[in-house]
Amino acid sequence: MALVEVRDLKMYYRTLRGHVKAVDSVSFDIERGKAVGIAGESGCGKSSMAISILRLLPRNGEYHGGSVVMNGQDILKMPEEQFRKDVRWKQISMIFQGAMNALNPVHRVGDQIVEAILEHEDVSHEEAVSRTKDLFDLVGINPNRFGEYPHEFSGGMKQRAVIAMALACHPDLIIADEPTTALDVMVQAQILKAIGELREELNLSMMLITHDLSVIAQTCDSVVIMYAGKVAEYGSVMDVYVNPTHPYAMGLVKSFPNIHAERSPVRSLPGFPPNLIAPPTGCRFHPRCPLADEECMTVEPPLREVSRKKHYVACHKAEIVEQGVDIWAQ
Amino acid sequence: MGAVNTAQKSNVVEHGEVILQVRDLVKHFPVRMGFWQSMKTKEQPVLRAVDGVSLDVYKGEILGLVGESGCGKTTLARTILRLTDATSGEAILEGQNIFDLNEAEMKKLRRKMQIIFQDPYESMNPRMDVQTVIAEPLILQGLASSAHDARDVVASALADVEMVPPEEYMGRYPHELSGGQRQRVAVARALSVDPDFIVADEPVSMLDVSIRGEVLNLMLRLSRSRGVTFIYITHDLATARHICDRIAVMYLGKIVEMGTADEVIQTPLHPYTTALIGAVFVPDPRHRGFAEVLKGEIPSPVNPPQGCRLHPRCPYTMDICKQVEPPLVLHEGTHQVACHRAER
Repeated sequence: MALVEVRDLKMYYRTLRGHVKAVDSVSFDIERGKAVGIAGESGCGKSSMAISILRLLPRNGEYHGGSVVMNGQDILKMPEEQFRKDVRWKQISMIFQGAMNALNPVHRVGDQIVEAILEHEDVSHEEAVSRTKDLFDLVGINPNRFGEYPHEFSGGMKQRAVIAMALACHPDLIIADEPTTALDVMVQAQILKAIGELREELNLSMMLITHDLSVIAQTCDSVVIMYAGKVAEYGSVMDVYVNPTHPYAMGLVKSFPNIHAERSPVRSLPGFPPNLIAPPTGCRFHPRCPLADEECMTVEPPLREVSRKKHYVACHKAEIVEQGVDIWAQ
Repeated sequence: MGAVNTAQKSNVVEHGEVILQVRDLVKHFPVRMGFWQSMKTKEQPVLRAVDGVSLDVYKGEILGLVGESGCGKTTLARTILRLTDATSGEAILEGQNIFDLNEAEMKKLRRKMQIIFQDPYESMNPRMDVQTVIAEPLILQGLASSAHDARDVVASALADVEMVPPEEYMGRYPHELSGGQRQRVAVARALSVDPDFIVADEPVSMLDVSIRGEVLNLMLRLSRSRGVTFIYITHDLATARHICDRIAVMYLGKIVEMGTADEVIQTPLHPYTTALIGAVFVPDPRHRGFAEVLKGEIPSPVNPPQGCRLHPRCPYTMDICKQVEPPLVLHEGTHQVACHRAER
């Protein structure tokens, strides 16, 4: 059984003009010890999904159905107090977007991690300190720097400290929202390498949210491609990158430049994502899709398994795309 | 659309006419000190943002300026445009040293050089419609008396950036445009005065991957069809590889390697370039693996290392690297590199 099963999750934002359907019937699994990548354009609901799973909705966020089952329990139905004590940070922790700026500048880095441990676990201060030093060591920071302030750390070091904080209470799952976007390429490679090694060592599951398809290709086992609050395609990274079967996924994969490929113009996907208050009828991608016909405009395509096992696609035309025609050839 | 052949490129580099020569350009920023510190030290410390850069820019090419943040790529471009004053060195455009000009001459010359900024959400006045945004440089340059007067030029600039029909976009305000469209308006604004070269400072890094190609291919097309020269500043080697004719790699205020895109990406000679290319992730799960990256992070440009600036991080450091700064020398073809190891 999967560690986490997300089923039909719906989370809408209430606004004056109506509900913004940021997460609209999303289903996928996170296996124990595996990493799943969530990709899509900005505004497709990636980050909203992360905060939905961690129950960190802003005031105008509302659940409209669905479940997130972890260890046999629907964590969305749990009382808040129990969720805070048993799940948040202890079973699921999170590395936020721009996390290196999330450290409090007037407190020592080490103390901030100690505080996180004491908040969630019933241990002595000494034990929390020694655990923090072990964590520093684990993520590649010299434990002697326990007493330094965030401004004494470089960007990459701060990011490592935030990872240490996320690991502090031995979670089973880490949700990482654009963990390396603000970092330089070389530091990004160092950090992602460190995360990969830690995951192996601790048998951690990860949900990695990013717009950068190359990061997912290098670090994840499976990938969910989201479009306008819905899952467009979901499967192993091999299946989705080598045989993308949703026109959107294919466009996205092909528009990502590969440094080792022959020189060629960089591709783009014409158009832009829809307004999520009143999304297009039928398939939400139909206004941008070169294959769209009558059916696509009226009937919403269900997420279904195509010819490869465990490769799911929400497209009426999946069979055409599967034949390998480059539908975006210009 | 999009049917631009990159291969049909660039004899510009071999036969091209040089439109801009930069020689020994230096830009140092003074570092602010506290009172006690200033009593203790005699010399005013400086941040060596650009520390002796020479390069030629050919007509109609796209020159990529790549490097990590803080390497001086943006400062180099801003200094060439005289948005900030150079400490020393010269930049020669049409036989004139840009840094010697007085204000009136400079204003005239500004027509020849334009810039596109990184953030299309911040670089446009939200209260101006597209027509006014594009007409403004024309009015400032005295080429048109009003936005209405400039209508034809604006329309053709919009057509150049494929926003057709132009009438549909002229009356729109920035908030009514997508990120990609805004960035195309920024290109149209730069094009309106018919410049010799355009500096594009990370023009796509704020845009979604799916629409980056839209702006990049536009630059490519303009350089090929209209002979517009671009200096493309980016930290993204993958896009630079696909649209640039030549690439210059910067590290701590210096150019460490320069050559055609193929030369630099396929046969990198400098260990820094090699590491930078190795750190770029490939969007293909069939080719997995992290290349060895350099240890540590970029040192401070206030006190750059002696000798070769990379030597504390370089896996091949020799004795000479610690003492003598390697000059940028021609290796083969147009491929230049500043590394003692490559000289052998």
